[in-house]
Amino acid sequence: MSMNWKNIGLFVTFFVLVLVVGYTQSWNTALVIFNMGLISAILSLGVNLQWGYAGLFNIGVMGFVALGGLAAVLVAMPPTMEAVNAGGLRILIGLAMGALTIVGTIQMRKRMAPGRARAIATVVVLVVGFFIYRAIFDPGVAAVEAVNPASTGYLGGLGLPVLLSWPVGGLLAAAAAWVIGKTALGLRSDYLAIATLGIAEIIVAVMKNEDWLDRGVKNVIGIPRPAPLIPYEVDLQNSQSFVDSATSLGLDPVIASTLYVKLGYSILFAIVLIVILLLAQLALKSPWGRMMRAIRDNETAAEAMGKDVTARHLQIFVLGSAICGIAGAMMATLDGQLIASSYQPLRFTFLIWVMVIVGGSGNNWGAVLGGFLIWFLWVEVEPIGTQLMNFITSPMADGYWLKEHLLKSVAHMRLLTMGLILLLVLRFSPRGLIPEK
Amino acid sequence: MSEPFLLGEAMTGGYGRGPDILHDCTISVSTGQIAVIVGPNGAGKSTAMKAVFGMLNVKSGRVTLAGEDITPLTPQARVGKGMGFVPQNANVFTSMTVEENLEMGAFLRRDDISETMEQVYDLFPILKEKRFQAAGELSGGQRQQVAVGRALMTKPKLLMLDEPTAGVSPIVMDELFDRIIEIARTGISILMVEQNARQALEIADKGYVLVQGRNRYSDTGAALLADPEVRKSFLGG
Amino acid sequence: MDLLNAIVALSNFVLIPAIAYGSQLALGALGVTLIYGILRFSNFAHGDTMAFGAMVTILFTWWFQSMGIHLGPLPTALLALPFGIAATMLLLLGTDRLVYRFYREKKAAPVILVIVSMGVMFIMNGLVRFIIGPEDQKFADGARFIIKAREFKAWSGLSEGLAFKTSQAITIVTAVVVVALLFWFLNKTRTGKSMRAFSDNEDLALLSGINPEKVVTYTWLIVAALATIAGVLYGLDKSFKPFTYFQLLLPIFASAIVGGLGNPLGAIAGGFVIAFSEVTITYAWRKVLLYLLPDNLEPSGLVQLLSTDYKFAVSFAILIIVLLFKPTGLFKGKSI
Repeated sequence: MSMNWKNIGLFVTFFVLVLVVGYTQSWNTALVIFNMGLISAILSLGVNLQWGYAGLFNIGVMGFVALGGLAAVLVAMPPTMEAVNAGGLRILIGLAMGALTIVGTIQMRKRMAPGRARAIATVVVLVVGFFIYRAIFDPGVAAVEAVNPASTGYLGGLGLPVLLSWPVGGLLAAAAAWVIGKTALGLRSDYLAIATLGIAEIIVAVMKNEDWLDRGVKNVIGIPRPAPLIPYEVDLQNSQSFVDSATSLGLDPVIASTLYVKLGYSILFAIVLIVILLLAQLALKSPWGRMMRAIRDNETAAEAMGKDVTARHLQIFVLGSAICGIAGAMMATLDGQLIASSYQPLRFTFLIWVMVIVGGSGNNWGAVLGGFLIWFLWVEVEPIGTQLMNFITSPMADGYWLKEHLLKSVAHMRLLTMGLILLLVLRFSPRGLIPEK
Repeated sequence: MSEPFLLGEAMTGGYGRGPDILHDCTISVSTGQIAVIVGPNGAGKSTAMKAVFGMLNVKSGRVTLAGEDITPLTPQARVGKGMGFVPQNANVFTSMTVEENLEMGAFLRRDDISETMEQVYDLFPILKEKRFQAAGELSGGQRQQVAVGRALMTKPKLLMLDEPTAGVSPIVMDELFDRIIEIARTGISILMVEQNARQALEIADKGYVLVQGRNRYSDTGAALLADPEVRKSFLGG
Repeated sequence: MDLLNAIVALSNFVLIPAIAYGSQLALGALGVTLIYGILRFSNFAHGDTMAFGAMVTILFTWWFQSMGIHLGPLPTALLALPFGIAATMLLLLGTDRLVYRFYREKKAAPVILVIVSMGVMFIMNGLVRFIIGPEDQKFADGARFIIKAREFKAWSGLSEGLAFKTSQAITIVTAVVVVALLFWFLNKTRTGKSMRAFSDNEDLALLSGINPEKVVTYTWLIVAALATIAGVLYGLDKSFKPFTYFQLLLPIFASAIVGGLGNPLGAIAGGFVIAFSEVTITYAWRKVLLYLLPDNLEPSGLVQLLSTDYKFAVSFAILIIVLLFKPTGLFKGKSI
C-alpha cells in the first residue's frame, strides 16, 4: 500500500502523543501505553481479518484473548508436581472420557439412520458419558485443588519458555474458533455474533471456576519472563555494568531498569506486530485475499462461481481468532500474571471493535492505527476526564453531592466516550481513518 | 375518445441511477376498461407499470390520473389518489389471516370497511371461507385472490396487476381473468402486465406491445390479436 | 409423605424460580424479537436498555421512599415503574432519531445496524454507570415473602418448606398481564396489526399506506416498556447491577432465537425453555432425590450437573443445538 502523507501523519500523531505523555507524565507511563498499543494493534489486525476481509462479526474476542492468557500459564508456569501426582492423571483421563463421549456421539450419529432410535441413542450416550466423566474427573479435581490451595492448588504448567505460549495461545484460540465456526458460520451474521459472545463468556467462566486449571479467581501470578531477552529489574539493578551505563546516561538506575524492561517488550511486540502485519498485507494482496473480499462483497456471486463460502469463512475466522489468541498470550506475558476476572467484554471485545471501525475496516494499516489511537484514548480519557470534570465542577461548593458524584463517576466516562466515537465515525466517516482502497 | 383516466405519457427512465429502461413509452387506460401490457422477456413491461405507479425514476414524460398530474407523487400518495397495485411477488402478508390482509389493504381508510370487504368476499367466495386462515397457507391461486382483494380494499379507481397469473394453473388463470373482467364492469380501470399474451389480449380493451422499453404496437386487444405481425412475433403464430 | 416433600422441594428450588426467571427472560426476549421483526437487526443494546429503565425506576423508588410514599406489602418500585418506562421511552425515541433513523433511510445492511447498536450499548452502559455506579443496588421493599418456609412447614406438617417471594409473584403476575396486553395490541388493534404487517412484508405494508416511521416509533415505545418492566422485575427478584444486565444479553438472545427470531410467541416459549434448562441443570438434585430414592440408592454427591457459574453455558448449549438442528427456531422465525 502506498502510504500517503495523511496516513503517515496519523501514525506520527500517535507517536507524538506518546512522547507528550512521556515528557509530561512519565516515560514509564508512555511505554506502558505504547506496549499495550502494540498488542491492541495486533488484536485489531485479527478482528480486521475477520470483519474487514470477510465481513464476519465476531464479538467473542475476549474469549480468544483469555485463551491466550491461559496458554501463558499452561506453558510457562512450573508444574505443581504434588498436584500432578495427586490427581493429574485422573483429570486427564476424565477429560479424555468427556472428549470421547462427544466424538463417539458424533460418529454414532453419522453411522445411524435418522429417527427415534438415533435420538434415544444420542441421549443415552451423552448422559452415560457425562456421568462417567464426572465420576473420574471430580475426585481428581478435588485432589488437585487440595494441594496447598493458598499458593498452588492447580496442576501448574509445563515449565517451558513463555515465548512458546504465544503460538500455543494462537492454537488454543484457533481450536475454539473452529468449533464455533463449524456450528455458526453459514447462518445469519447475527447468529455468529451471539455464538461468539456466548463462547467468550463460557471460556472466561471456565477460567474463573476451574481452579485446578488456572487457580480460578485466585489468579496466577509470577508467570516467568522471556529471559534472557527480558531480564528482571532487580537483576539489572544488581549488575554493575548496567548501573554504570545508566549513570553515564544521567539516569537513575532503578528507573533505567524499568525502562529497559519495557523497551525490551516494545521491541519484542513490535517484531510480532510487523510480522503479522506483513503476513496480513501479503494475504490481502494474494489471490486468496482477493477471493475473500469478493466473497464479502457478493456472497451469492462467489458461491455461483463455485467458491465454498462457508469453508473460506471458517478459514479466516480461525486465523483471525488465532491472532487474538497470540495477542492474549503476549498480554499475559507482559503482565506476568493471569487474572481471570479481569477479562471484561467491554474492554476486550467491544473496544477492539471500536479500534477496527475507527481505524478503517478492511485496511490493515487502518486497523493498526485504530489499535494505537483508541488504546491511547482509552487510557488517557480518564485523566483528561478528571481534569474536565474538575473544571466543570469548580463553581460548585466542595462537598456538594453533585460535585462529589460527578468526580467519582469520571471513570465511567470511558465507555461513553468510546460509544460516542464509534457512533460518530460510523455516521460521518464509515470507512474509518484509513479507508480500504 | 375522451381524455383517458390514466395516462403515462412519453415516460423515459430507469431504476435509481441505473441506465434508462423505458424510452418514450406511453400507456393509457380509460375508465372501466382493461389495458394489457405484453411483450417478450426483458421488454420493460413491469418497469412501465412501476413507472406509472411512481416506483421508478422518471426523467422525462408525465403521469396523469383523471387529468391531474401525479408525476411527483410517491407510490403511497398515489394509493391515496385511488391507485391500487398488486405486485407480482410477495403480494400477501403470509403470517396474517385473509381477513387481516384485507384490513391492511384498507389501512388508509377511516370509514367503515365492512361493505367493501363483503364485496371482495362476493367476488372471491373462497376467501370468505378461509377468512381466518393465514394467507401463507393458501394455494397459489387463492393467494392471488387475496392479493387482488387487498388492493381492492382501498376502493381504487385504477387497479394495476403485475403478472397476476404467474405460476397458477390454466384453470385458475381463466377464473382469475373472469374476476378481473367482473371488476372492470364495476367501473374500475385495470392495467395489467401479462406473460400469457394471447389470453390477456382476449379480455383487453387496449393492448400495448413493448419491446426494449419502447411502444412497438398499441391498439385494441382484438386488433392486436388479428394483426399477423404481432401474431408471428409475439403470440407464437 | 416423601413424595410430597419432594414435590415441595422441587417447587421451592426449581419450579417457582424458573417460572419467575423465565418470565423475565420472556419479557426481555419479546423486546429483542420485536426490534428484530420491525427494524430487522439484533439489538445488542437491549440488556443496557433494561438496565437504564431499571435504574430510572430505582432512582424514583428511592425518591418515593425518602418522601415516605410506600405501597404497603408491595414494593415501591411498582409505583416508580411508569416513570422508568417513560424515561426509557424518551431515551429510545431519542436514540432512534439521532442514531438509527439515518441508517434506516440509507437502507444500511443489518450487520451495520448491529454494530451501531453496539455503540449505543457503550453509551447506555456508560450512562448507567455514570449515574448510579457499577455496584449492586438494593431497592426492593415491602413484604419479602407471600409464603414463608417456616410457616409453610408449620401449616403442612412437611419437613420441606416452601417459600414464595413477593418479587416472584409480582414477576409472574406482571408478565402474564403484560404479555396478554401485548398480544391483544398486536392482534386486535389497527396499529398492532400494522406492526405485524410491516414485520411480515415491508414493501406491501408501504403499498398499503402503512407509515413506517409510525410503526418504528410504536415499536420503540413498546420495547421501552417491555425492557423496563423486565429490568425492574429482574432487579426486584435478584439484584440490580449494570454488568449483570449486560450479561443477560446471552440468555435473552438465546430465548429469542430458540423461539424463532421475530416471533413473539416464540420469544415467550424460548424464555421458559432457557430458564427451565438453566435452573434444572444447575440445581443440586440431592435433596429431591433423597426423598424419592430408597435409602440404599441415596446419592453421595450433590447431583448437580453443572455448577451455577456455568449457567451461561446452558443457554449457549441450547442455542447451539437449536442453530444446528432448527435454525429458524422452535416456532417459525423470520430468518435462517
